Amino acid sequence: MDWASFFRRPQKGSASLAKERLQVIVAHQRTGMSDHPDYFPKLQRDLLKVIRKYVQVNDDAVRIEVERDHDMDLLELNITLPELAAVPPTPAARKSPTTRNARKARGAR
Amino acid sequence: MARIVVVTSGKGGVGKTTTSSSFATGLARRGHKTAVIDFDVGLRNLDLIMGCERRVVYDFVNVINKEANLQQALIRDKRFENLYILAASQTRDKDALTQAGVGRVLEELSKDFEFIVCDSPAGIEKGAMMAMYYADEALVVTNPEVSSVRDSDRVLGLLDSKTQRAEKGEKIKEHLVVTRYSAERVAQGEMLSVEDVGDILSIQLLGVIPESQDVLNSSNAGTPVIMEEESNAGLAYDDLVARFLGEDRPHRFIQAEKKGFFGRFMGR
Repeated sequence: MDWASFFRRPQKGSASLAKERLQVIVAHQRTGMSDHPDYFPKLQRDLLKVIRKYVQVNDDAVRIEVERDHDMDLLELNITLPELAAVPPTPAARKSPTTRNARKARGAR
Repeated sequence: MARIVVVTSGKGGVGKTTTSSSFATGLARRGHKTAVIDFDVGLRNLDLIMGCERRVVYDFVNVINKEANLQQALIRDKRFENLYILAASQTRDKDALTQAGVGRVLEELSKDFEFIVCDSPAGIEKGAMMAMYYADEALVVTNPEVSSVRDSDRVLGLLDSKTQRAEKGEKIKEHLVVTRYSAERVAQGEMLSVEDVGDILSIQLLGVIPESQDVLNSSNAGTPVIMEEESNAGLAYDDLVARFLGEDRPHRFIQAEKKGFFGRFMGR
């Protein structure tokens, strides 16, 4: 132990680095859980509500997926519209859906 | 109905079995009839830590396969007559644990016991998933170290999604247990503090177990460390059990002992 370090306050150790790294990892782990981050069901409900302002769709018409690609996370929305917007959804209509694919980048890691 | 408590962590070597044995012993010592089950099929160790390895005749898998009944397989602890151990099988692979079989054994135990402690294996494979599936509460054992904290977070995700309670839309009560804690290293800024770990995992802290030589010494002897009245780790486990049962006890051993001028001068 040298004299200089005796009078200095203990310097910032590696623990703060560990905490910063963990906060990033954990945030990713929670949103990136491939199937269901916990906000998905609510997001799904809200999206359905908005879509139904314009088109009558089934409860299962909105599918959400997260994809990871190197330094990019993709939030993928899959919205299945009935063949004719005016016709109420029938099993037959569901079999041949028109699919609109909306992709939005959630941001670089 | 018994309360089923899983002791889990994801990462290996953080103190699950040490915690399971002391936790179960502590509950029994406070008068609660308790069973502790080793879910680590193929790599059993709870019997060694509890000091009953020479009395294992039948095990958990024998009971699931109906080759023995529970009364034959449960080993009564030598120290407390209301504490029983159900050992894991040493020879069979983890596929021996079926969800229906585990459920049947836990249901039968529930009739007779107040607490059932499930000692999970490391990892997130079948044994670990079976250990947590029927749990009402979880002790998530975490070392203040990056890989352990990350794995604990992963396990918390599984507790919230892959358990019976999660499937029913109910929540498992999750408790954080920080083990191998060195208040001195935290004060030096070299170790994550218990607040840091709590912030990251955002679950309720149940107990902090200080790093201690006594843990190895008591495992050598086959005595749960909670039996050591002189040991900080043993006292910390006793606090943990009391808190689990609803007592209000302040956390100990999380402040570094202050060194005086002379102590600082003489080095660390």
